[in-house]
Amino acid sequence: MAHILSQSATTHLPKDAAWRGRLTLLIVVGALLYPSLVATQFKPWQLFDAQSSQSTMQFIAHFLPPKFTAEFLIELLKSAWITVAIATCGMCFALFTSVPLTLFVSSRFSISRLGRAKMATLPFCVRQLLRWLLVALRSIPELVFALLLVRIFGLGPTAGVVAIALSYSGMLAKVYAEIIESSDEHASHTLMKNGSSRLQAFLYGTLPQCSYELLSYTIYRWECAIRSASIMGMIGAGGLGQQLDAALKMLEGGEVATILIVFMLLVGLADAASSAFRKWLN
Amino acid sequence: MSFHKAPLPSWKLTAIVISITFFIAISFVTLDLKLAAIFDHASWFQAHEFISGFVPPKLTAPFIHKILAASYETLAMSMTGTLLAAIFGLLLALPASHQQPVLVRQITRLLLNGLRSIPELVWAAILLIAAGLGPFPGTLALALHTTGVLGRLFADSIENLPPEPARALQQNGATKYNVFLYATLPLLMPQMVSYSLYRWENNIRAAAVLGVVGAGGLGQMLYYHLSLFQTHHAATVILAMVGLIVLVDSLSYSLRQYLTR
Repeated sequence: MAHILSQSATTHLPKDAAWRGRLTLLIVVGALLYPSLVATQFKPWQLFDAQSSQSTMQFIAHFLPPKFTAEFLIELLKSAWITVAIATCGMCFALFTSVPLTLFVSSRFSISRLGRAKMATLPFCVRQLLRWLLVALRSIPELVFALLLVRIFGLGPTAGVVAIALSYSGMLAKVYAEIIESSDEHASHTLMKNGSSRLQAFLYGTLPQCSYELLSYTIYRWECAIRSASIMGMIGAGGLGQQLDAALKMLEGGEVATILIVFMLLVGLADAASSAFRKWLN
Repeated sequence: MSFHKAPLPSWKLTAIVISITFFIAISFVTLDLKLAAIFDHASWFQAHEFISGFVPPKLTAPFIHKILAASYETLAMSMTGTLLAAIFGLLLALPASHQQPVLVRQITRLLLNGLRSIPELVWAAILLIAAGLGPFPGTLALALHTTGVLGRLFADSIENLPPEPARALQQNGATKYNVFLYATLPLLMPQMVSYSLYRWENNIRAAAVLGVVGAGGLGQMLYYHLSLFQTHHAATVILAMVGLIVLVDSLSYSLRQYLTR
């Protein structure tokens, strides 16, 4: 730290007009980084001491060659499909819960607010309660849900599906409500003022404006769900993650390497599919 | 937007809807889902038993002390991971941006993509073998994955910067180093800070659960107490996680508000 400071002081102080900002930033970063490095026992040189570097080298040496037998590859493809299926089913359940939640939460469809600045007290409280429910669903990490659900449903894909359904319904409902509230309110309000129901106002006033945006966000989330599903396997929710966990525990470097390759391909494929679909939408 | 767009021909739309429905149906059929179990009376009862085992959370003073220590460790993991990733992300973003030869750019981008496509938890599980149990492999895992994410974002931001300031300095004979320091960096800084803060929000969630594979912090405590069926302890850990996540979210939000004012 002192070294960096003195250097910048001697070479740049007279010329650099922005030195105050740079110095402050360096000090802030240093002051944040140093205690954190201590607290996390950050000692990278440990990686290179004789004992651990030997076991690391052994493990890495096992990575090569990756295991490419037909049997193993077919098994991995099956697991990859299970991961995709977990993500898809989880997203379906999440949609079932998040769409009604969105319609309840969004203040766009408040009839008591029509033509007035404030909502009536009861609907306001209901909306606020549902909002808190969504915040709670979002703030518990999905892996924690999975960890708990594995204990209810046992090992296997069911826990993964329900975990994705729970945490994604919180996320989807929040973003859907944001998208709806940022759309133009004129059409839906006119419909409601003339006596149409909220659902009609949504279907004919709001949905035509933001269906593309909603769809594109849903696809993006499906891609995220594939990533989540593959990780959840590591704690026993089935799919590719479970294979990885098993291979790591057995120290089967060759299998780990193959699984990582399949993993990267799967994520890359989902990424490409989702961005192609979204580009096509726009 | 959509108003100006010609609607899809109906056969195309039908084909898309049918194929998506088919995809979803196949997913449900191939997955060995215990759907009946979800809506089964017995399993609801079991779930109720399980969940009511979490109340009340354990709140004795020594346990709270342990929780606070683990929360600090988790917070430190997320901060170290993010800061190191911001530093190394910037270092890698420079060769990954368009001022460099195409080959250098492609190779660095490939490296960044590799770092990014392996999730934190997988990195941690691999690094545990080399670095042993504890917060260090978790931090390293966060740093590696986030370097990939931030490096790519920073590189894209560098490529999207207005080229005039850098060109003006270059044409007046400034060195490469000075062009970076006086043109690129000041323009890049606001975006870098806001991306890093976003990643911090993400990393506190990751850091909270990384311990599940043995990489320290609150996650390790959660896994430990759940394995021993000490659900009251586990409830406190989950509450601490949620508290930490909400804290970091609001901190990052107000910092971003303050910086973009």
